[in-house]
Amino acid sequence: MMKNIIILAATILISSLVNGQDAASILKNVEKNMSSENRIFESTMIVHGARSSRTITSKTWAEGNKKSFTEYLTPAREQGTKMLKLENQLWIYSPSTDRIIQISGHMLRQSVMGSDLSYEDMMDDRKLTDIYSATLAGEEEIDGRKTWVLDLTATVSDVAYQKVKMWVDSERFVPLREDLFAKSGQLLKRTTFSDVKQIGGRWFPSKVVYKDMLKSGDGTEFIMTSVKFDQQIPDYIFTKASLKQ
Amino acid sequence: MIKFLLQGLLRDKTRSRIPVIVVTIGVTLTVFMHAYITGFMGDIIETNAKVTYGHLKVMTRGYADNMQQTPNDLALVNVTTLTTELQREFPDLTWSPRIQFGGLIDAPDENGETRTQGPAMGIGLDLLTPGSPEISRMNLQKSLVRGSLPGKPGEVLLSDMFSKKLQVDPGDRITFIGSTMYGSMTIYNFIVAGTVSMGHEALDRGTVFADIEDVRLALDMQDAAGEILGFYKGGFYQNDIAAKDAELFNAGEGDNGDEFAPVMKSLGQQGTMGTYVNMTSSWATYISMAFVFAMALVLWNAGLLGGLRRYGEMGIRLAMGEGKGHTFRTLIYESVMIGIAGSVTGTGLGLFFAWLMQKYGIDISAFMKGSSIMLPSMIRANITPVDFYLGFIPGLLSTIIGTALSGIGIFKRQTARLFKELEA
Repeated sequence: MMKNIIILAATILISSLVNGQDAASILKNVEKNMSSENRIFESTMIVHGARSSRTITSKTWAEGNKKSFTEYLTPAREQGTKMLKLENQLWIYSPSTDRIIQISGHMLRQSVMGSDLSYEDMMDDRKLTDIYSATLAGEEEIDGRKTWVLDLTATVSDVAYQKVKMWVDSERFVPLREDLFAKSGQLLKRTTFSDVKQIGGRWFPSKVVYKDMLKSGDGTEFIMTSVKFDQQIPDYIFTKASLKQ
Repeated sequence: MIKFLLQGLLRDKTRSRIPVIVVTIGVTLTVFMHAYITGFMGDIIETNAKVTYGHLKVMTRGYADNMQQTPNDLALVNVTTLTTELQREFPDLTWSPRIQFGGLIDAPDENGETRTQGPAMGIGLDLLTPGSPEISRMNLQKSLVRGSLPGKPGEVLLSDMFSKKLQVDPGDRITFIGSTMYGSMTIYNFIVAGTVSMGHEALDRGTVFADIEDVRLALDMQDAAGEILGFYKGGFYQNDIAAKDAELFNAGEGDNGDEFAPVMKSLGQQGTMGTYVNMTSSWATYISMAFVFAMALVLWNAGLLGGLRRYGEMGIRLAMGEGKGHTFRTLIYESVMIGIAGSVTGTGLGLFFAWLMQKYGIDISAFMKGSSIMLPSMIRANITPVDFYLGFIPGLLSTIIGTALSGIGIFKRQTARLFKELEA
């Protein structure tokens, strides 16, 4: 009897250790797929508002998670609007006013082009492994793909979402769904990833649907129409001067 | 007999002059106070109606549910058509589309970089159409401190206090940063045409007045408006009539649950103002009735004193054989005459003073500094139909009751003792 209890306890202990290791390594593998040295991509953002849908196209140059430069191409009202992110600072250039405005404070909580994404969402460029601790909560199937369900809990206080539930494709190490929660436990946003393709030796979701659960509307589709990884990006792109060019 | 009593009153001034003067003063005060209270309470309502609520307001159902947040993503569209329909269906009202919005005002330095920034609330209203009633409604011309009213597209008015905080002057360029109707960030340049001091702390803290077409461009709201405000052409808000008009409009629209469907709300049906309107009508009645009661006590007392003062006269009349009932009735008739004379004169005087107060008002703007709620800078009376008869309650009734109470003593007097009393 005692022998059985010891075996059972040892099994639970080993299993939890293995799971703890797995959750961290799963998260590291996810980051390998999702982050890159640099990338240039063109995207189409379809904002499904309560009244109508709007389509916005843009081109983005990004270096790591710290630097990015986006130029909006359509519609006419947004054409020529540019955004520059350097570390934890964000500037926006509006051609109609010829002004460069720094986005800070509560303005970071504003929606990006009316989408379900906020500037704050764009700004949080830290690695998941640096700000969350992960535990494996189970396994589920999403759209015929086996997934691991990870529970991420913030280890730092200055994050927008205290808890994240992430469904990771167990074969490709790509997130297929994320539920983002406030400290109170309220579900704030849901992100769904699809159209996973192999680009440059990595699996990458080319379509992401963001849904702000506190807003009406059917969410925002973010479709990457072209992605190029590990490109040479000139330094001047990531300067304030390039905003007015 | 009435002619006889009237002659008696006119010839014996001690029986008529003082009582009529007392009644007149009491009735004058009652009528004036009622018009003053109605006017003051009404002015608060009118001030808030002009700035925010309108006498009636048309919004989308979704906007109405979250009115405090002015959610322009739930704004009305096809506003030109809707306004034309409203003008046809409700010709007693003037309809004005407005857009309330919030955001940041950014003042640039010589290099175009942010120099100062401050949160602002904005009101988009018709400032550029010649003869627009909005300028006089908001009292913008008189509120102008520096510069001029907007004369062309792109020009705005800033509250003077806010302009000093941002260190901008008329002619300077400012940039508005906010959200469009679709939730997208918008950056839009304006030129400061002038600065205004509205006399309301809430408005002076950080308000931008812009032409509605400019706001539509800035917020991507083509032919849209957050709200359409209706103002009765008579100038005064009447809660019952407004509620009926709102009911009529809403019955026509039906309730299909569509959050973008238009809905009409009277001022009394809008949030905290609704509570205030309901409170105002009951408090105006309570305050007026308390004053009427106090005046009634004074006039009653005057009636009593008048009766007691004529104690000797009553004794002689009874000793000469006049019936007690007849003596009592003549006293009552006299008091009716005094009451009518005093009430008519008092009502006339009260209405005259109330009219002066209604026309010219009292400027209290100097005492309004630091106020956080929207109070009128001018106190005005408001003469209502009630003022034409309210004074008769204390003026006539109290005088009669006072006389009647003092007259009861007539019936207690004994004829056998009258001569002894008179000898004494």
